[in-house]
Amino acid sequence: MALLEVKKLGISFGGLRAVDDLTMSIEDGSLVGLIGPNGAGKTTVFNMLTGVYSPTNGKIELDGKNIIGMKPNQICEAGIARTFQNIRLFSKMSVLDNVKIALHNQVYYSLLEGFLHIGAYHKKEEAMNAKAMEILKVFDLQEQADYKASNLPYGKQRKLEIARALATNPKLLLLDEPAAGMNPNETAELMKTIELVRKKFKVTILLIEHDMKLVAGICEYLYVLNFGTLLTSGAPEEVLHDKRVVTAYLGED
Amino acid sequence: MIQRLFKNKSAMISLLVTIVIYILVIVLVSAGLLSRQLTSIIIPVCVNVMLAVSLCLIVGFLGELTLGHAGFMSIGAYTGALITLNATALPAPVSFGLALIAGGLVAGIFGVLIGVPVLRLRGDYLAIVTLGFGEIIKSIINSLKLTNGAAGLSDIPKYATYKQFTLVYIIMILMILLITNLVNSRHGRAISSIRDNYIAAEATGIPVSKFKVIAFVISAVFAGISGVIYAHNVGILKPGNFDYNRSIEVLVMVVLGGMGNIKGSIIAAVILTLLPEVLRGLDDYRMLMYAIVLITMMIFNNSTLKNRMFKRKSKAVEKEGA
Repeated sequence: MALLEVKKLGISFGGLRAVDDLTMSIEDGSLVGLIGPNGAGKTTVFNMLTGVYSPTNGKIELDGKNIIGMKPNQICEAGIARTFQNIRLFSKMSVLDNVKIALHNQVYYSLLEGFLHIGAYHKKEEAMNAKAMEILKVFDLQEQADYKASNLPYGKQRKLEIARALATNPKLLLLDEPAAGMNPNETAELMKTIELVRKKFKVTILLIEHDMKLVAGICEYLYVLNFGTLLTSGAPEEVLHDKRVVTAYLGED
Repeated sequence: MIQRLFKNKSAMISLLVTIVIYILVIVLVSAGLLSRQLTSIIIPVCVNVMLAVSLCLIVGFLGELTLGHAGFMSIGAYTGALITLNATALPAPVSFGLALIAGGLVAGIFGVLIGVPVLRLRGDYLAIVTLGFGEIIKSIINSLKLTNGAAGLSDIPKYATYKQFTLVYIIMILMILLITNLVNSRHGRAISSIRDNYIAAEATGIPVSKFKVIAFVISAVFAGISGVIYAHNVGILKPGNFDYNRSIEVLVMVVLGGMGNIKGSIIAAVILTLLPEVLRGLDDYRMLMYAIVLITMMIFNNSTLKNRMFKRKSKAVEKEGA
């Protein structure tokens, strides 16, 4: 059975039908791309998957369980983590704390223990630190653990966002334009990182991307959105040479 | 626990400063080196520090603007005063202890009642509603028989004058310690994450509304307790003592202290409470000078001079409130 099943998903904002009749099925362990021209509704799909918007109609099932109606934090606990198109880090906090926040639901101690720094506090905090550092090491961010997140260079901020998402221990990772604003070198590095993440964390990935080199390079399957509806789907080499897809991006001649 | 303390340099320094200040105040008071005015302001300084630190949790760490802090303070003050006024049979320490607990609890209950609906609002709207809440509380106290209306409560036993400095000081330090500890825990990080980016916080699994209410209630409880101490310091309570000016005063302390900086809030609270008294000699120019000092502090806060004075390691973060 597929990890994520999306059936006839649709959402309207007033009279605007932003996404309509979208059906997707994402297999466990796969790396899937969601592409389409600007304004096609890709980020809206992400927002519905993560509970930011509630769909007008349709079904979303993670591991066979309905997640529509759940709050974003509950969906995160259920196993979907995401990054954002415009980076959303906890910018005034340290790099380490950014990751530690993501461990919130995995390492537990009570409010009283937090107040008094007694009982499990020190042990659990140390465990959190160790786990967060381990994740930072994967992204080569361990040296900057004490930096304020907003002081990181752009590429590393993107990495930190992925690290933070992974720290929530997701089954499905949603990456919203991970390569946006990156130069070719950084993009190449990012591709390696994504591959590494996939192997190391055994996580299923769905990503939105405009960089076709990246999409063609790492995605195993593509869904193409245009004007909120599914234009086509299939293996990257087919889809990217599909005349309808090219037309959607570049217009007709 | 103690071993950890000795390992932690900044905690050691904080402990040292705490003790030095305590001894300094005790020596100055017992040697009679302080004027009567200054002696009488010792406890108000402590009260304002408590208020500033508790508000710092909402404004500095949760990142929400509230203007109703005086409301929670007044709830605590009146609850505490009514207990000590009516429980005359009990020995003083017991009734004052009861008053402190009840004042904090009742303020906390109001914190839940108001926090749950109000914290759905954000930014300006929250500020407006909390401002309204403060005024409503004031009006209710003004019209209730129990609180003796506009005449207020008088002859409240003075359990918190400068003679009880040790007790008040301990309560204040405890409060600061608790909030500092909280900020450096998983709950505190969750609260700060909401300030930095609530959408990301939700997406990272933080139950945002829950932590907003938690922060709001903790802050209300502490404001209530400081209200109890205030009541037993001045001995007279009038609804007018708790108008929005009072809330703004505390807010100014938090903002000047550098939002999300507990030490800064404490220093600002001390300076801004002492200032009007110290400037009393200037008579007519007092408020003018007060304004000038405020502006100077604001400029100083953002100046390179400050950065040079507290040379930060260029790579290190400003650890929040640590």
